[in-house]
Amino acid sequence: MLLQRRFEERCAEAYALGKIGGFCHLYIGQEATGTGAIAALRDDDYVITTYRDHAQAIARGVPPRAVMAELFGRADGVSRGKGGSMHLFSREHNFLGGHGIVGGHIPLATGVAFAIKYRGRDQVCLCFFGEAAVNNGAFHEALNMAGLWKLPVIYLIENNRYGMGTALERASAINDIAERARAYDMPRAVVDGQDVLAVRQVVGEAVERARTEQIPTLIEARTYRFMGHSMSDAVSGTYRSKAELEEHVKRDPITVLRSMMQERGEIDDAGVAALDAEVRAVCEDAWNFADASPEPPIEALTENVVVDTTS
Amino acid sequence: MIRTYRDALNLALREEMQRDDRVFLMGEEVAVYQGAYKVSKGLLQEFGEMRVVDTPITELGFAGVGVGAAMVGLRPVIEFMTWNFALLALDQVVNAAAKMLYMSGGQYNVPIVFRGPNGAALQLAAQHSQSWESWLAHIPGLKVVTPATPADAKGLLKSAIRDDNPVIVLEGEMLYNTKGEVPDGDVLVPLGVADRKRAGDHCSLITYGKMVLVALQAAEQLAQEGIEIDVIDLRTVRPMDVESIAASVRRTNRAVVVEEGWEIAGIGAQIVDFIQRECFDDLDAPVVRVHQVDTPMPYAKNLERAAKPDVAKTIAAVKRVMYVEA
Repeated sequence: MLLQRRFEERCAEAYALGKIGGFCHLYIGQEATGTGAIAALRDDDYVITTYRDHAQAIARGVPPRAVMAELFGRADGVSRGKGGSMHLFSREHNFLGGHGIVGGHIPLATGVAFAIKYRGRDQVCLCFFGEAAVNNGAFHEALNMAGLWKLPVIYLIENNRYGMGTALERASAINDIAERARAYDMPRAVVDGQDVLAVRQVVGEAVERARTEQIPTLIEARTYRFMGHSMSDAVSGTYRSKAELEEHVKRDPITVLRSMMQERGEIDDAGVAALDAEVRAVCEDAWNFADASPEPPIEALTENVVVDTTS
Repeated sequence: MIRTYRDALNLALREEMQRDDRVFLMGEEVAVYQGAYKVSKGLLQEFGEMRVVDTPITELGFAGVGVGAAMVGLRPVIEFMTWNFALLALDQVVNAAAKMLYMSGGQYNVPIVFRGPNGAALQLAAQHSQSWESWLAHIPGLKVVTPATPADAKGLLKSAIRDDNPVIVLEGEMLYNTKGEVPDGDVLVPLGVADRKRAGDHCSLITYGKMVLVALQAAEQLAQEGIEIDVIDLRTVRPMDVESIAASVRRTNRAVVVEEGWEIAGIGAQIVDFIQRECFDDLDAPVVRVHQVDTPMPYAKNLERAAKPDVAKTIAAVKRVMYVEA
């Protein structure tokens, strides 16, 4: 989580310097949700997510160097510089991408779970999306089929309270959105998305249910985005107050975990400082690597449009 | 042996499902109902419900399920009851299937077939009578196949299923009952290769899909007047076999392009653009297009007939490029 935080602070810096272009959505404030959920998986499970994907890719084990190089649009990027911030993919890590159309990837997760069941495997698919996605058709269609066919998939709503600038209660007819699981005959859970251990626990139970009983689960993790929707959005903006933001920042997921660990005597201030220095060095290395990585060769422009193979 | 277009598609599905257990068929009414147009007749009984899957009426949803399954190694055949309903699924076809390979830097290809009837049948009115090939062929990452005959239906669908890319197969409701010789056994028709369905030296008729039948009828009638038509069936509109188009136009020096859809930004526009660039000095007349009138499809029989491209309009177009009195 600390690595993700420091990494994305460097992303913001790189964006300001023009090293990162396009849309860039930071995960700062939400790290416990992605980290706890991914920690509940095995390596052969699948993860599929939204465009707010940098930190989750890192949580899944994608090297920070490859993530930063992708953000810089370089040849050594995890998607060879062709995906960018919103489209991080790593086959090696069963990381099936960051996807840029809200809700559009939710049916894909259902399809991955269908393939798992088709082959009789005991893997699961974990699918992240924001609370705003539960209002679109793709969500409903995908969850209905998963509930109908009993597929091994965990749908994890990252409820950060705002779909861009529209608050949950201004967009959804019900505010307790995990309740939507009832419509799909699916177990549901609500978890404190700022508590990484709680998230791991709740997602772990859902993973177990999916793995052994092929039952899908809808989980709502209540979290908060500390930054703007994207780099072009002011930190608090017109849709939320500075006071509200400050209130939520008090429950920074990294602080929550650190306090817990310090209470248990698992880490002290010196330990935290050492860890911080370590991850800062990793981020510095990622930055330098990305900066030194070449731009994709011009031939790459027309590569990967189609493959030339059949099977 | 002689088979219907419907049976040829059924046979292609059956053979490919027997050959490769990663291939499955999913869509509305494909299993218990045996297919809205009976293309999947008998498949549920042979392959079981895991491989022949009825879905809720949820085109976006099951198209996406197919893409997800394809990303992790299955080879879905997704049936749209008609392509008119597939508009609801275009986000999955365009934003997911077509682009996954590219935006993942080559890591995730999507070996999937999206198939179903395209274009107008009879008196189905505006929402059920549309030709989507120019929309789909516009998208890099997709291949778009338009079989006109039973033999091509079988051979092209088999190739589509084996292709490691997303392939769109546009069938025709009015074609399902048509009959023709279909070679037995594992005979493939390669994607991206046109077929000269009739040879002639006076004018090229370049077309694909259901309009191939219109072109052949027009050619038959024109032959009685001594006008010999070269009928080029593209069979695949993306990638397009432009060499076959050029070879034909260089033989005949005249061309008419026939398509079922609307004029603006149609496939015909692309073909004409190619011809003017590559065959400018070979042409003895401007190329003329035949297409649907620029309106939604009406219900009334006479209006529908007037809206569609047909044999008479095709013959008139040929006479125009031949500078022959109609």
